[in-house]
Amino acid sequence: MAKQFIRTDGVHRKLEGWPLLFSILIGVSVLVGGAVEFLPLALVSSNIPRISTVTPYTPLEVAGRDLYIREGCNNCHSQQVRPFRDEAERYGEYSKPGEFVYDHPFLWGSKRTGPDLARVGGKYPDLWHVRHMEDPRSTSPRSLMPPYTWLLRKEANLEVLPAKLRALSRVGVPYSEDDIANATATAQQQAQQIAAGVAAQGGPAGLESKEIIAMVAYLQRLGKDLKAAPEFQQSAGVTP
Amino acid sequence: METGTQIGQAGIGSERSDYQLFTYDEGIVRMFVWATAIWGLVGMLVGALIALQLPFWPANLGEYLSFGRLRPLHTNAVIFAFGGNAIFAAVYYSTQRLCKARMFSDLMSRIHFWGWQGIIVSAALTLPLGITTSKEYAELEWPIDIAIAVIWITFGVNFFMTLKHRREQHLYVALWFYIATIITIAVLHVGNSLAMPATLFKSYPVYAGVQDAFIQWWYGHNAVAFFLTTPFLGLMYYFLPKAAERPVFSYRLSIVHFWSLVFLYIWAGPHHLNYTSLPEWAATLGMVFSVMLWMPSWGGMINGLFTLRGAWHKLRDSVVLKMYVIAITFYGMSTFEGPLLSVKAVNALSHYTDWTIGHAHAGALGWNGFMTFGMIYWLLPRLWRTELWSQKLATTHFWLGTIGMLLYVFSLYTAGVTQGLMWRAFDEAGRLTYPDFMETVVQIVPMYWVRLIGGLLYLSGVVLMLINMVKTVQSAPRELPDPAFALPATAAEHSA
Repeated sequence: MAKQFIRTDGVHRKLEGWPLLFSILIGVSVLVGGAVEFLPLALVSSNIPRISTVTPYTPLEVAGRDLYIREGCNNCHSQQVRPFRDEAERYGEYSKPGEFVYDHPFLWGSKRTGPDLARVGGKYPDLWHVRHMEDPRSTSPRSLMPPYTWLLRKEANLEVLPAKLRALSRVGVPYSEDDIANATATAQQQAQQIAAGVAAQGGPAGLESKEIIAMVAYLQRLGKDLKAAPEFQQSAGVTP
Repeated sequence: METGTQIGQAGIGSERSDYQLFTYDEGIVRMFVWATAIWGLVGMLVGALIALQLPFWPANLGEYLSFGRLRPLHTNAVIFAFGGNAIFAAVYYSTQRLCKARMFSDLMSRIHFWGWQGIIVSAALTLPLGITTSKEYAELEWPIDIAIAVIWITFGVNFFMTLKHRREQHLYVALWFYIATIITIAVLHVGNSLAMPATLFKSYPVYAGVQDAFIQWWYGHNAVAFFLTTPFLGLMYYFLPKAAERPVFSYRLSIVHFWSLVFLYIWAGPHHLNYTSLPEWAATLGMVFSVMLWMPSWGGMINGLFTLRGAWHKLRDSVVLKMYVIAITFYGMSTFEGPLLSVKAVNALSHYTDWTIGHAHAGALGWNGFMTFGMIYWLLPRLWRTELWSQKLATTHFWLGTIGMLLYVFSLYTAGVTQGLMWRAFDEAGRLTYPDFMETVVQIVPMYWVRLIGGLLYLSGVVLMLINMVKTVQSAPRELPDPAFALPATAAEHSA
């Protein structure tokens, strides 16, 4: 049977004379694997168990997340703690599927030139992040990370946030009409709080309108929802 | 393959009705060859810069030229600009000959060429500006994604219409691989790029979290499969027998390995997500299919290397064959290494380290790069109808490239394994031996310097190739008319 198929005058030889059928068969062959793997992920909810404390990002955090994407932080930092003892020791609780339900796009990364950031929220004070982004070697001697001085200089574009939240709500993030309409004001409010805190810790004043504050807001959010989840309080013992 | 009677300088005086006359469009191939070499140089220069930025942070030259923005520029440039143009050169050269027909539409060929170069330029502008989706090898934002889809479909229509108008009954194996490439890349690109625009330069993917990760690596892994593997296998099946003047080793093997490769590759994507939040059943499926992929991959390698049976002595004088042998050997090595890295126990060590980068470059520098260089050295004298300017320079390129990539790959293997082992090391008291991440970074910095040296050697080989190209083209005759062929009308009939 198989031999007849691949003989030099066999069935396959005939197939080579019919490009249309040949192409259709290739199309079917490549669609099978993707469909079998993706459809259960999309349709079976038990594949991604929900976590009660995971909520959408605040508007300022969305702005910060987009800066994280713009600077390509994900090229060197993962956001995905694997279920290994050394990673639990180093970073904290391993990552759960339910943590990422509002992540458009996912930012798990594929390389750790620097450390994982999935649990970095709350690990350092806001001022540490400001200093670190301005000059990484001021907080982490011997670091290879480039400085991001322009984040302290450039004005954050918060006016675009309603359009961003609108687009996110269209792909399923549950922002209300009010959330969307007030996105800019909400972000400005949160930025003022963070900037005041940075100044109070002895950092530069007047950062409330700068990009760095949005970046800090996003970084400080990472891992926070899981730490607050009652269902994961017990195993949090491994976290330093 | 080319059984048509080539018409000499004098030509056939009168067009006889029982003969079909046709020409091949070689101008388009020359354009793609130039684009391949020039973008190769640009993409690898960016690669050298980011390789310098890792051990030497002051090489991050401000906002627009920092590592995070340039790394996607490097990967896009070498995959889609260097690799892409090389594929198109191969497809346009070989498809016309395998079908005994000119490309269906010269206009579509030119739209394809200039559209693709426009997309590359837009990538080179937007990525340093920080306009990116963050999804690996799919960083370009939605307006450019639409342009890619339009140009790819133009290419596809032009290609399939050429098949329809072919004068050869059977499709040769190279064409099977081209068909698989064109269909699958279209599906992957559209599937992974579905996004909701927020502004002209910002969009959010329709998938979230785990699903987005799965779709991304379904795409990412199969970009390797159907952009860097299947078209290059097609290239191998056409250009290697030509250069060796030997038929392909086994027709049956080509059928078996083609269909198993096309079917199995798609499943392997989730091995990029071992031990992540992707459900374990999916990661396990990815691993199992990755291991199975080893066999069809080696089927291609064996069919390539065994085609040289009885022709190994030709390697001494042919830089083209030297390049192909190294390329196919590296294909075999990296398609063994791939399944190895997909095994969870190995992946637990290798993932997130430079081992992955080393593996990617074994494939990219060894397989894609050397297949491309071999093709270019074979095409230069034929497309420009003159002698290659310097065989010696080409041989120097071969050695610089080979030594360069060995240094590159082995330094990163060392860096990856070293860092992976340090991350997981515990002392007798059960504490992390290297709790400070920085210790594991400082340890591998010397390897980053060795990698840079290897990369620079490889890059200098490409510079030599460009010099050889310029000199060869300078000695070409002023007029390069398209080659013309005639076939008896009866022989030219086919059933589509």
